[in-house]
Amino acid sequence: MKGLLKEFSKGIFRENPIFVIALGLCPALAVSVSLENALGMGLAATFVLVCSNFIISGIRDIVPSQIRIPCFIVVIASFVTIVELLMAAFSPQLAKQLGIFVPLIVVNCIILGRAESFASKNRILPSILDGLGMGLGFTLALSFVAVIRELFGSGEILGFAVNKAYLPATIMILPPGALLTLGMLIGLTNLIKSRSRK
Amino acid sequence: MDNKLLLSISPHVHKGESISRIIWLVFFSLLPVGVAGIFIFGPRALWLIVACIVTAIATEAIILLLRHKKVTIIDGSAALTGLLLAYNLPSSLPIWMACVGSFFAIAVVKQAFGGLGRNIFNPALAARAFLLIAWSKYMVNFTQPICTWAGFTRPFAYPDSVTCATPLALLKEGKAEGIYQMGINYLDLFLGNRPGCIGEVCIVLLLAGALFLLWRKIISWHIPLSFIFSLGLLTWFWGGSQIGKADVLLSLLSGGVVLGAFFMATDYVTSPLTRKGQLIFGFGCGLLTFIIRKWGGYPEGVSFAILMMNGAVPLLDRFCSPRIYGHLTRGRRHSV
Repeated sequence: MKGLLKEFSKGIFRENPIFVIALGLCPALAVSVSLENALGMGLAATFVLVCSNFIISGIRDIVPSQIRIPCFIVVIASFVTIVELLMAAFSPQLAKQLGIFVPLIVVNCIILGRAESFASKNRILPSILDGLGMGLGFTLALSFVAVIRELFGSGEILGFAVNKAYLPATIMILPPGALLTLGMLIGLTNLIKSRSRK
Repeated sequence: MDNKLLLSISPHVHKGESISRIIWLVFFSLLPVGVAGIFIFGPRALWLIVACIVTAIATEAIILLLRHKKVTIIDGSAALTGLLLAYNLPSSLPIWMACVGSFFAIAVVKQAFGGLGRNIFNPALAARAFLLIAWSKYMVNFTQPICTWAGFTRPFAYPDSVTCATPLALLKEGKAEGIYQMGINYLDLFLGNRPGCIGEVCIVLLLAGALFLLWRKIISWHIPLSFIFSLGLLTWFWGGSQIGKADVLLSLLSGGVVLGAFFMATDYVTSPLTRKGQLIFGFGCGLLTFIIRKWGGYPEGVSFAILMMNGAVPLLDRFCSPRIYGHLTRGRRHSV
């Protein structure tokens, strides 16, 4: 039981996909403009991650290792299609804002990375928990970046103005703002990790 | 025992120069320009300069304390960064924005990379670029000089307002073809009677400061001259409507070229070590400035050009590494 909990919790901070493993940075930089986008993207990726980890772990014994990557991609792409269609049906505005980055979840390094390094080698329950933990870690990291960028870049949180007198620094919602924020947060993570190791 | 027998490694002949002495010399060579800027744009310019320098020094001190390092604000590098940043701002900028820029210069561009001597980019220029993208509306809000050498053009009671475009912006937007349509002459450009950033307008004093630094051998001629020469040549050739018809003097005097070439591009930390590398660096700055001015979205490109070439410095240093004594020049290159 303790082992299972560890599989779940490692993705949140110790092996956070964004801040520690530095995977999936492309969507993280692109959609962290606002908290709403970040949550949408994070939850979509979490759903795909959990489902694909479940299926890939289930079929791990019948997939020949030479063609495992195409098989993983087919599984992941099926779930991404489901998410894409669901999002377009129930939240068209969010789907429009996220745009190409929803279909691009198919080639998201985190999902393929977890399939390759965890789900294809472990049993079903740990794989699901691993996917859930990694997905939540991704969502949290994305939201963290997005809160900072939205707050300084447009003076809002979830679309609500925090201080009307504030003149937003446009750079924070532009690509350089994403790189600056992410770099600073990764530096902070390393600092915390090095302090806690002492 | 007295220290009469000093054992040290070579070189044994020392000029008595130190980092902080060089930085303070550059700082003082820039001060007359600041006085002229305050004279031209009014007391607001003074507050901006003071705010930038104070924020830079305070940020440096706090971060060095947090990093458990010796607080070396006395070496003047933070003060120089603050001064240079202020010289790159329009006088109408809100004071708090200047403070944010100054904080960014020291905290992110300098200290996050490891402090003095370790930064890749020129802190003052990177902060200017940051402010330009963050609050572009305020960063291009240039005002008419309040005071010229001929006398006051406007009474001091109205220190702000009278916004107007810089000569380069007028050229870019096609509102003026040559200098005579701008209502100024070359003497105005030399003395600083034009809208622009605080420290870039007074060319005469900038050149005087640059000559002082050249005389004291603190900067060499390689970067500034190759920068200005290549920009002038390119502008002369392709800058105008017809080949060879552009006003080279106008394009060199109206903008940040003189400030950038002599005081920003020559920063020891962010420029190449060898003479050959410096020549390529200067040429690259001139080329990029010309490209941004001609085809880019901004009327002025000096700061972005220098920043881009800053990024190329490690490559230039590698490419231009000198021949090791005793090695052959032909055949396989030996990198140091």
